Amino acid sequence: MVREQALLFVLVLFFSLAAGLVGCVALMRRMLLAGDVISHLALPGLGLAFTFKLNPVLGGAATLFLGTFLVWQLQKKTGLATEAAIGVVFAAALAIGAAITPSENLAESLFGEQQGISPTGFLLGAAAVALVVFAVFRLRDRLALAIFSSDLAAATGVRIARLDLYFLLLFSLTVLVGLRFMGALLASSLIIMPSATARQLTNKLSHFFLFAVVISLSAVAAGFLLNAFVLHFSTAGPTIAIISATLFSLSLLVRAK
Amino acid sequence: MTNRLLSVTNVTISFGKREVIRDLAFQVDEGDCIAIIGPNGAGKTVLLKALLNLIPYRGEILWSPQARPGYVPQKVEADRQLPLSTRDLLAAKARLLKLPPAEPLGICDEVGISNELLNTSIGALSGGQFQKLLIAFALLGRPNVLLFDEPTASLDELTEEHIYELLHSLQAAKGMTVLLVSHDLSVVYRSANKVLCLSKDKTCMGPPKEVLTPTMLQELYASPPHYYQHVHEHDHESARERDLRIAPEREKW
Repeated sequence: MVREQALLFVLVLFFSLAAGLVGCVALMRRMLLAGDVISHLALPGLGLAFTFKLNPVLGGAATLFLGTFLVWQLQKKTGLATEAAIGVVFAAALAIGAAITPSENLAESLFGEQQGISPTGFLLGAAAVALVVFAVFRLRDRLALAIFSSDLAAATGVRIARLDLYFLLLFSLTVLVGLRFMGALLASSLIIMPSATARQLTNKLSHFFLFAVVISLSAVAAGFLLNAFVLHFSTAGPTIAIISATLFSLSLLVRAK
Repeated sequence: MTNRLLSVTNVTISFGKREVIRDLAFQVDEGDCIAIIGPNGAGKTVLLKALLNLIPYRGEILWSPQARPGYVPQKVEADRQLPLSTRDLLAAKARLLKLPPAEPLGICDEVGISNELLNTSIGALSGGQFQKLLIAFALLGRPNVLLFDEPTASLDELTEEHIYELLHSLQAAKGMTVLLVSHDLSVVYRSANKVLCLSKDKTCMGPPKEVLTPTMLQELYASPPHYYQHVHEHDHESARERDLRIAPEREKW
């Protein structure tokens, strides 16, 4: 039990590393909200998995990646109609998920749970994080150019639509790793808030990534330990999200010039 | 014999049902400097984007295998508050194109980007400095064709002069082929050996002296162009070139 909790703690730290990196790119590429919507698409999958007694991660993965393609297709078009469509997808996913998830599993689907993790689950999660970190590193130059200007990136040979799909898939994979203990509603919060906080603190790219990862790791470690030893809620997700939000609020006071 | 770098045949570009460019054809040879002129909305920027395959088109755009195009856009949609420095951006492109790590520094030297500017966040660059960054970005990878879209829009005169000096030195020193979108007819006279006119109803191409006639300009811009021809006794040609400026409203950033 203690070993499973320790494995979970280490995996949560790994997750926060991937979340910090992915969040920085999403913030600069203005994909935070699209990614947020994708993460909520995990909920119908979790609901189906609980209903049919399947592994929740499998159910979440199925609708997450389906949602990724859907949002990617919508995002390729620009304008109000796209934003509206993404908003509709978000609301519909949440509603369908809430409707089909058994009531006893609804809270953990939305906000996560803190049961220990098996060695196999740990290894799969760690492999997913390693893949995310490696892929962000490999794609960093393409992403930097696309963030600066899609046209200039494309003129340099970067395939923008494909790059966006790869990135949304990395976003979804990161959410999937965090889904178990943060839930469908909170998994993306750890992608959004540390990067938003780091952005307030620096104008330098390398510092931005570093700060986001450090903030993410700190929020996760503090939230997890605070919950385990002091608060004893059924899940550390909300505590982690509240600490992340507090750090963001504090960052507004010391905003980089 | 000059090398043909680009052949454009029957190119039509539409947005929905609206045709911006219809059945356009022209060729670009090595060493050409082609100025693309026309009123706002005539499709000048759209044409450059089609040439770079950034937007869909019908017809044929055929680049020679020797052509290595570089692109300086009129504007960049980037958030100027991005935590990206000039160095970050140029280094990213250099790595992507597998160029030697020192190449961005050499280009910056040519363009006039100081070491201090290299470390400056793109949000803190002035209009002229940002334009230099775009030019340096385009020059990375040693292109032999430069597509220049209104390179001096929104710049002050001194900076504008500096950017055009840079353009001329690229043409002269490297024999760079240039496609230049400009509203400034004095620049067109000074730089271009051919002019491509684009407007809703008419396209034409030829040497500046043949194309930039008052009648042609009037047809091109539909309303009477507010240009004036000021001829001095001693320096007939240069004065004419200097003073022939067109004044319909300029496209803004």
